[in-house]
Amino acid sequence: MASQPAWMNSLFTYTGSSSFSEFVGVHAPNLLPARNESLAAPVGDEIPHATTIVAATCAGGVVMAGDRRATSGNIISQRDIEKVFRTDDYSCMGIAGTASTGLELARLYRVELEHYEKTEGRSLSTEGKAHRLATMIRGNLPMAMQGLVVVPLFAAYDPGRDAGRIFSYDVGGGPYEQKEFHSIGSGSIFARGSLKKLYRENASPQDTALTCLHALYDAADDDSATGGPDVMRKIWPVVAVITADGFRRLPDDEVAEFVESMLERRMAAPEGPTAPLR
Amino acid sequence: MSIPFGGYASPEQIMRDRAEYARKGIARGRSVVVMQYADGILFVAPNPSKALHKISEIYDRIGFAAVGRYNEFESLRLAGIRYADINGYTFNRNDVTGRGLANLYAQHLGMIFTESIKSFEVEIVVAEVGDAPEDDQIYRITFDGSVFDEQGMAVIGGQAEAVGGRLKERYSEGLPLPQALDAALAALTEPGGERPPATQLEVAVLDRGREHRKFLRLTGSRLDKLLETAGEGRESARRPAAEQTSSEEAQAEQAPGATPPIAPEGEIDTGSGE
Repeated sequence: MASQPAWMNSLFTYTGSSSFSEFVGVHAPNLLPARNESLAAPVGDEIPHATTIVAATCAGGVVMAGDRRATSGNIISQRDIEKVFRTDDYSCMGIAGTASTGLELARLYRVELEHYEKTEGRSLSTEGKAHRLATMIRGNLPMAMQGLVVVPLFAAYDPGRDAGRIFSYDVGGGPYEQKEFHSIGSGSIFARGSLKKLYRENASPQDTALTCLHALYDAADDDSATGGPDVMRKIWPVVAVITADGFRRLPDDEVAEFVESMLERRMAAPEGPTAPLR
Repeated sequence: MSIPFGGYASPEQIMRDRAEYARKGIARGRSVVVMQYADGILFVAPNPSKALHKISEIYDRIGFAAVGRYNEFESLRLAGIRYADINGYTFNRNDVTGRGLANLYAQHLGMIFTESIKSFEVEIVVAEVGDAPEDDQIYRITFDGSVFDEQGMAVIGGQAEAVGGRLKERYSEGLPLPQALDAALAALTEPGGERPPATQLEVAVLDRGREHRKFLRLTGSRLDKLLETAGEGRESARRPAAEQTSSEEAQAEQAPGATPPIAPEGEIDTGSGE
């Protein structure tokens, strides 16, 4: 049977590790997002970019939020793109950079975690998950050098510590564990400044979600590539909360309430809440 | 290949010998029950090991149960996971079907049965939970690659015939989970015998109400509570009836005599029947 894909022959005989991407890399490398072809010219500016993601730890977990805008240069290429993904019951990732590569990477990473869990009968440790993502990002380095940069932010609930953890990456991999909060993407500088002032240790998941929404608003305020909440079209940021109960993406009407209370406050004080000086 | 010393063995003889060998191997193990209940599909296996599973998740909606040689069905399980993950990744998550997986197993087992000296000593079930009970699918695949599209329930393993008979008496469509578990345990327990305790049981469900991945292992306090509810229902409602049936069964059970039951019964399956 010459027409069947090569991996069909390896299903029963493969004795490698429990990694899905390794199996695919050996037997069906064309399916992987990372390839080594070199491009004739850098295309980074023409391919849609996903922008700002923020994450902050809360009492017993972690919150991640992302805006909904994708841009190609000065054009808004999509208003309602989703950049925060559930990767398993206790983790999620957000992507910034080349949107297409990022989406593919998130899809592969989800299968990677699940594949390990099913074959081994247990979940990867939180560090194991973070390391695995680093290797996959490093695999994209040749493409990153051509302008197809993608950088994730990884957040997980660690059952061993009963706490949320945040890991960041650069184009070469990582992971770099971050304390308290972190942000990535074009608006990340502004978002981080905002988080620095508004972050409260051990705040409830709801309060932390509101903090993240404020940070995204501040990013959208000063960065043209980050989208603010679109009240007219009812497009709200994606907010995910991970606690001992597992991953939960807040439903749209819940986020809408947060956004409305935030906007109301900003009507009176456009720069948002201030941190006490003394 | 497997020609005995000093003579000719007909293909029929070779196939019969292989089938006999596989059946004997399978008959040594305890049975596993897979059945529909109100919210999905229930898997129950007597299994003292916490680590060596007979029941496993393959994909979002697909579960796997096996009896026989551990190393053989474990390799089938891993291949199934690879198949499902690579297809779901290449296409879309809902493009992975139980039927496709059952066919893959059937092809592989059939090939091994005809081409290898020793056939696999396994019998497996691939179950897929649908959006509605009518969409649920349970496939039973035997060591020679025959596939059976089972309706509502399937029993595999050593005592399949007897267990299947007992299960049929108690099975009805749309049983709630505790009652379904009760029925499965009653079927797995020989008449007059003691039910296996929670620590000796492997129980899992494909629950159509769950988000993302439907497969859920029931362990620890969750299983204890469920067994308790299952027990209560039996005590209050079915005591007289249960005693009666168990005595009838005990007689029926003694009839076959001393030889241990061998499953699956009958000639080599052609795959066209049932």
